Amino acid sequence: MKNTLRQVLHSGKFMVGFVILLTILLVVLVYPLIIKDSPLGIIGQGTFFPPGIYVSTYDSLNAPKQYTLLLTDAAAKRIANKMSNDDRLAMKEWLVADGVPASEIDVTKTASLLDLWEKNYDPKKNIPGMIFAKVRYYQRVNTSVQGLLSTEGAIIASKNAQTGALEQASTINQSDYVNLSQVANVRVLPLGTDNFGRDVLTELIRATGVSLEIGLVAGIVATLIGLSLGLLSGYVGGMVDDVIMFFTNLFTVIPSIVLLILISFSIGQDQRGAFTIAVVIGFTSWVWTARAVRAQVVSLRNRDHVNLSKLSGHSIVHIIIYDILPYIASYVVMALILQISSAILIEAGLSILGLGPRTTEVPTLGLMMNWAMIYQAEILGKWWAYFPVLIVIALITFSMNLMNTGLDQVFNPALRD
Amino acid sequence: MPDEKTICMKASGLTKVFGLGRQKTVAVDHVDLDLYQGEVVSIVGESGSGKTTLAKMLLGLISPTEGDVYFLGKKRDLSSQKKKQDYWKNIQAIFQDPFASYNIFHKIDDVLLDCIYMRGGRKFPSEEKTGLMAKSCGFVNLKFEELTNKYPFELSGGQMQRLMIARIFLLKPKILLADEPTSMIDACSRATILEMLMRLRNETGMTVIFITHDIGLAYYVSDKVYIMEHGKFVESGTADEVILHPKAAYTRRLINDVPKIYEEWDLSTV
Repeated sequence: MKNTLRQVLHSGKFMVGFVILLTILLVVLVYPLIIKDSPLGIIGQGTFFPPGIYVSTYDSLNAPKQYTLLLTDAAAKRIANKMSNDDRLAMKEWLVADGVPASEIDVTKTASLLDLWEKNYDPKKNIPGMIFAKVRYYQRVNTSVQGLLSTEGAIIASKNAQTGALEQASTINQSDYVNLSQVANVRVLPLGTDNFGRDVLTELIRATGVSLEIGLVAGIVATLIGLSLGLLSGYVGGMVDDVIMFFTNLFTVIPSIVLLILISFSIGQDQRGAFTIAVVIGFTSWVWTARAVRAQVVSLRNRDHVNLSKLSGHSIVHIIIYDILPYIASYVVMALILQISSAILIEAGLSILGLGPRTTEVPTLGLMMNWAMIYQAEILGKWWAYFPVLIVIALITFSMNLMNTGLDQVFNPALRD
Repeated sequence: MPDEKTICMKASGLTKVFGLGRQKTVAVDHVDLDLYQGEVVSIVGESGSGKTTLAKMLLGLISPTEGDVYFLGKKRDLSSQKKKQDYWKNIQAIFQDPFASYNIFHKIDDVLLDCIYMRGGRKFPSEEKTGLMAKSCGFVNLKFEELTNKYPFELSGGQMQRLMIARIFLLKPKILLADEPTSMIDACSRATILEMLMRLRNETGMTVIFITHDIGLAYYVSDKVYIMEHGKFVESGTADEVILHPKAAYTRRLINDVPKIYEEWDLSTV
């Protein structure tokens, strides 16, 4: 026993899978202790805000202390941020037409590009062959560049209560800075928001937790049913075996996804909680466990150690628990791991079809995919709404399958490479 | 010291058929067997002759297709768990493969304790239990202090088989069914184990059914020998009759198949 445990812990595949799963579990457990927001709370007015740090504009203006930083590249950065790629290419086009060698112009270097522009551009200059619309376009580009280059501060005005006239309250210079820690409201949204304006990260972690719970419940239900039917049918044999195997074979030939869809559909949207779905998945996926356990038990029940246990006067229950179960325990654990990972996948599949848990209470990985699909995140290119979900699903199933393979190699030495 | 008067166990028309239709195999075919109190009986035959199936039927581990087993004059009744337990207090077995005979998850102490409990020792004080276990191990030249808290698979094959005899020592059954107890053991341990089995028999006076494919061994240990071929007894009688004056062709073949070294060792000592 101790030896087997050591082998399991030394199995590279098992440990990699185990560490991945453990990390996911830890994040799922620890994250809600730190961030106490409701996972389904709507925080964004609008759909699909991209990932990033969100700073309250109002609070940054009203930060307790303003700092003046004389950074030389501040203007360049501001310009770089605002100047679109199209504008840069247009500028290059004009400059080339004006006679500046193309090799000297680098559109990625804002400062040198602006220098060249300042030096060469003349709105009145007539370049032969250029249509009027194009000329006006360059004049517009020039205006926006000049606006960017302005060093005037922005004026904040407030309304006078008596006269209703706007009065200058303060001026914000371009060199005014606030410390981020002094801004009252900063929100980091590492994965942006989803279609309803909910924080995707918080939602995703809660969804991972719920999906793991569904997987665990479904896996345990399926394994318990499969294990008890398999043990009963394998050890008792005879008529009992025939009846149980009849029903097992019946379930084998009906695809379980069809059963699941029918059951989910007939339960109705209001009755479908995450737990109900988990139990339904468990009740439709016990078949292979039952068959495999039965096969193992049939080969075990005629072994000498079972005969010896019988001769020692032990009852059937005692023999099943102490002489049969320990021998198939490793197999059952492996089956359980596979059941959990497949239950998570099945839940995701059902939810994408809109037959998963009802949508108002908890997020699940499948539901997140479902929302992303309905609101066309894929078409709109809002990758943060569905890609992290895919990664998490893949990681969970990958880690579990890896653990299963590792265990398999420990318990079936013939499979070792 | 066989007691020729009391029939301890009797089997009549015992038959076991495996499978149905074309795949039907008759493993044991209408076998009759009378076992007298205290005798050592050998059942000899090659692999597949139905020896082990017969043994399992006598033990009550599989039910016969046809025929009855009588124990101490009464028809054997295995209809309930309680009756089975009572039956198994009287008949015990040693199996062929010591490595497969133990539950690898149970310690040696558990194996021996099970036997003490079966003899009604559940309420014994713990010193008495330990004493009994130590005594039984001592009988088979094992040191209980070294075995306690160990698992059976940590022992050698010979030691495991000796532990099996220690089990029988604790259980003191009326009948012992030894199903090729020495065939997986090296020749040296074989002699020790046979010696221990015979010593145990002499002490307790139990009936021993010795199942073997080794006719030399059968001659060496038994009072009576049954030769089994294709599920039937082809010859039976005292060891001298059967082995020194074989009548059936199959028996002669079995005797010829024995390696020469056995022939000299066994037959020349007569």
